[in-house]
Amino acid sequence: MGRYVVRRLLQMIPVFIGATLLIFLMVNVMGDPVAGLCGDRECDPATAARLRHDFGLDQPVWQQYLTYMGNVFTGDFGTAFNGQPVTELMASAFPVTIRLTVVAILFEIVIGIVLGVVTGLRRGRPVDTGVLLVTLVVISVPTFVTGLLLQLLLGVEWEWIKPSVSTGARLDELIVPGLVLASVSLAYVTRLTRTSIAENTRADYVRTAVAKGLPRRRVITRHLLRNSLIPVVTFIGTDIGALMGGAIVTERIFNIHGVGYQLYQGILRQNTQTVVGFVTVLVLVFLVANLLVDLLYAVLDPRIRYV
Amino acid sequence: MRGRTHAPWAVCAAAAVLVAAGCGGGGESSGAVLSASWGDPQNPLEPANTNEVQGGKVLSMIFRGLKQYDPETAEAKDMLAEKIETSDSRNFRITVKDGWTFSNGEKVTARSFVDAWNYGASAENNQKNAYFFQYIEGYDKTHPDSGRQRADTLSGLEVVDDLTFTVRLSQKFSSFPDTLGYAAFVPLPRAFFDDHDAWLEKPVGNGPYAVESYTKGAQLTLRTWQDYPGPDKARNDGVDLRVYTDTNTAYTDLLARNLDLVDDVPASQLKNVDTDLEGRYINTPAGIIQTLAFPYYDKNWDRKGMEKVRKGLSRAIDREQITETIFRRTRTPATDWTSPVLGEEGGYRAGLCGDACEYDPEAAKKLVEEGGGLPGGQVRITYNADTGSHREWVDALCNSVNNALGDDKACVGNPIGTFADFRSQITDRNMSGPFRAGWQMDYPLIQNFLQPLYYTDASSNDGKWSNARFDRLVDEANAETDTAAAIEKFQQAEEVVRDDMAAIPLWYQNGSAGYSERLSDVSLNPFSIPVYDRIQVS
Repeated sequence: MGRYVVRRLLQMIPVFIGATLLIFLMVNVMGDPVAGLCGDRECDPATAARLRHDFGLDQPVWQQYLTYMGNVFTGDFGTAFNGQPVTELMASAFPVTIRLTVVAILFEIVIGIVLGVVTGLRRGRPVDTGVLLVTLVVISVPTFVTGLLLQLLLGVEWEWIKPSVSTGARLDELIVPGLVLASVSLAYVTRLTRTSIAENTRADYVRTAVAKGLPRRRVITRHLLRNSLIPVVTFIGTDIGALMGGAIVTERIFNIHGVGYQLYQGILRQNTQTVVGFVTVLVLVFLVANLLVDLLYAVLDPRIRYV
Repeated sequence: MRGRTHAPWAVCAAAAVLVAAGCGGGGESSGAVLSASWGDPQNPLEPANTNEVQGGKVLSMIFRGLKQYDPETAEAKDMLAEKIETSDSRNFRITVKDGWTFSNGEKVTARSFVDAWNYGASAENNQKNAYFFQYIEGYDKTHPDSGRQRADTLSGLEVVDDLTFTVRLSQKFSSFPDTLGYAAFVPLPRAFFDDHDAWLEKPVGNGPYAVESYTKGAQLTLRTWQDYPGPDKARNDGVDLRVYTDTNTAYTDLLARNLDLVDDVPASQLKNVDTDLEGRYINTPAGIIQTLAFPYYDKNWDRKGMEKVRKGLSRAIDREQITETIFRRTRTPATDWTSPVLGEEGGYRAGLCGDACEYDPEAAKKLVEEGGGLPGGQVRITYNADTGSHREWVDALCNSVNNALGDDKACVGNPIGTFADFRSQITDRNMSGPFRAGWQMDYPLIQNFLQPLYYTDASSNDGKWSNARFDRLVDEANAETDTAAAIEKFQQAEEVVRDDMAAIPLWYQNGSAGYSERLSDVSLNPFSIPVYDRIQVS
C-alpha cells in the first residue's frame, strides 16, 4: 500500500510538469498581454517595456517558465495585472468554489445514488422509465439553459431565492447553483449506479446473501451497494476536478466569485500568472482526487490489493 | 456620518431589551444607500493608472479635479480651480480654491496637484495614463521613450505658494485648461505617497463620497462624505458597488429587486427592456464613436485611388438598419468623426461626412470599381469577439456590404479571441484589412477625437494614417487662443480626414442604464458613467 502510494506520487511529478508547461505555452501563444492593458490605444513604449520587464515577459518563454516554477515552489504565484498577488485571489476564490463543489457532490451522492439504487432494483417499472427519461432530458439540456431558467423562475418570477450569490457565498445560497452544477453528473451517477446495481443483483454473492436469510436492507447496503459503487466512485472522484474547474458557466450565471470566474477573467486579460496559477492548483486537485479514488477501491472491494 | 450609523444600534439596543430579538439583518440596507453594478477594475485604482470605465466610476465619486465636466452639457466648469490664467496658451498660472480638504482632513493645496502630476508622469511608476502629461515641459525627461528617466519631476511645474502653481507646456495648447477635468489630473493626498499600499487598500480622495471598505474583486462600499465642501454634495447616503461576473446576472438581479442600478444593459436584453423596467431605463449619447480603421502600412491600402474604395465601403454600409435591428437604437448612425455630446459649439457637426456616409448600394459599387476594386477581391474585418457584441454587427455590416457589391465573398469577419490579442496584433501591425476601432473620449473636446487618432504617429493612430495637411491644421488649432477659431481649424482638419476617408465612421454609442423603483434622478454623464451624486433614493 505505502509503496503504491509513493509510486503514484512520483508519477504525479511528470504529469504536473507537463500540464503546467502546456498551460504556460498555451497562454503565451495568445500573444502579448500588455497590449490589452491600455484600452483602445497603444501603450506608450516606455510604460509597455517597463510592464513587460516587471512581469518578466521580456524573457524567453523557457526562462519565464523556469522562473515561474521556481517561484511556485516557494509559494509565490506572481501578481495579477490589477496588482493583487495571485495567492490572494486564490485565497478568496478557492473556498467559494470548494463550497460549491461540496454542495454539488453531495447532490450527486445523495440524489444520484438513491435514484440509481431505486431504479436499479425496479428495472422496467414505471419509476425506472420515468427516472431514465428525466436523466435523458437533464443530460441533453446544456447547463447554462438549466441555470438561466432556474434563476429566472426561482429568482425573478417566484422570488424564492436571490438570483445572484452574495460575495460571502454562504452554503444556503449555493444550493440552487450547486444543483445546476451537479445536474448533468447527477444524471450520469444515477445511470451508472442503476446499471451496476442491475448487473450485480444477479451475482452469486447476492444470491448467497439472500439464501443466508439476511434482511433485504442488509443485502442491499452491505453486499450489493458496496460492490456496485466502484465505477460510481471513480466517476465522482474524477468529477471533483471537473466540477472545480468547469464551474465557469455556473459561476458566471449566479455571480459566484470563484475559481471559474477568476480563470475566465484571467483568460480574457491574458494574465498568465492567474491562469497558470489556478490551473496548477486544479491539476493538483485532480491528481490527488484520482489517487484517493484508487485507494478507495481497496476499501470498497477487499479483492483489490495494492503492492 | 458617525451619528447616523450609531443611531440604528441605539434603537436596536433599546429594542433588544424589550423584545430580545436579533437586529443584525436589517442593518445592511438602512438609509438611502443604493447598490450598483460594477466590474473588477483592470488596473490598480490610481488616478493616472485608470483608463477604463469601471475604475473611472470610482474615481468620479471619490475625486474632484480642477475642472469638472457638466453631466449634461459636457462643458468644463471650474471645480477646484479658482482661476486659470494664461496670456500665451503655453504658460498657465493656476489658483486652487481655498477650503477644500481630502476626506482624511488634509488640506488640498497646489502641492497636492504638483505631486500627483509628477507621480503620474514619472516612468518608474508605470502609470498607463502618463501620456496625459506629455504636453507639460520636462515630460521627455521624466518619461523618455527608452532608457532610464533623467528627471523625477516635471520641470514645467512649479509651486508658487500654498494655493498657486504654474504650468509651462512644451508647445502651445489653448484648450489645455479644459483637459484638466480628466481623472489623471486630480490632486492626491500625502497618504498616497507615504503609505501607497494602504492607500490602495482604501483610497482617500476629495470627492463627495469616501471609501468605507474595499474588498477587491467583490465590493466597494462608498458612503457620503458629510463634510464635503463642494457644490455637488451627494443626494443619497452612499453607494455599494458590487462586482458582477456577467452583465446579464446584474440585469436579472435588478429585475429581482436585488440591485438598484445597472449601467450596462446587455445587448441581448435590450428588446425586453421596456416591458421589464416600465420606463426605468435611460439611453443617452456618450462620447464614444465606433469606426473602421485601415492599415496604411499595408501598400494595398495606401495606394492612390483607395480613398474611393474606402468611400465605396462606407456607402455600402446600411447604418440605419444595423443600429435599429442589432443595437435597438443604443447607437446612432455617425455622420462625422466626433460625437454629438460635444454640441455644435464644441465642434460636432452633423452631416460633415456628407454623401460618403449615406447608404447607396449603386454608388458604393461604382466607387469601389473606380478605385480599382477591393485588394485581393475581399475585405476581412478584424475584431475581438470576447466583448461588446462585436460579432453581431460585423456580420451584419458584411452582409450589407456583400449585398451592395453583389458579391457573397466581398466582406468577411475575422474574429480574434481576446481583446489583448486583438490589441497586440494591431500594435504589431499585423492587420491586412479594415479593423474595428472604438474611441471613448478622455475629455469632451474636438481635439480629443482627432489628434490622438489621426495625427502622425499619435498614440491611438492604429492605422498609421499620416497627412501633412491634417497635422498642420491641428498644430494651428492648438496654437489658436480663441476657442471658436480653434474649433474651426479642427473642423477643417476633420474635413481632411473625410476627403481621404481615413477611417469609416460607423455610429455614435449611447450609454444605457436601468434602475429600480427606489431610485429617481438617474442620469449618465457624457462618459457613460452614472451621475451617482445626483441619484435620490426613496
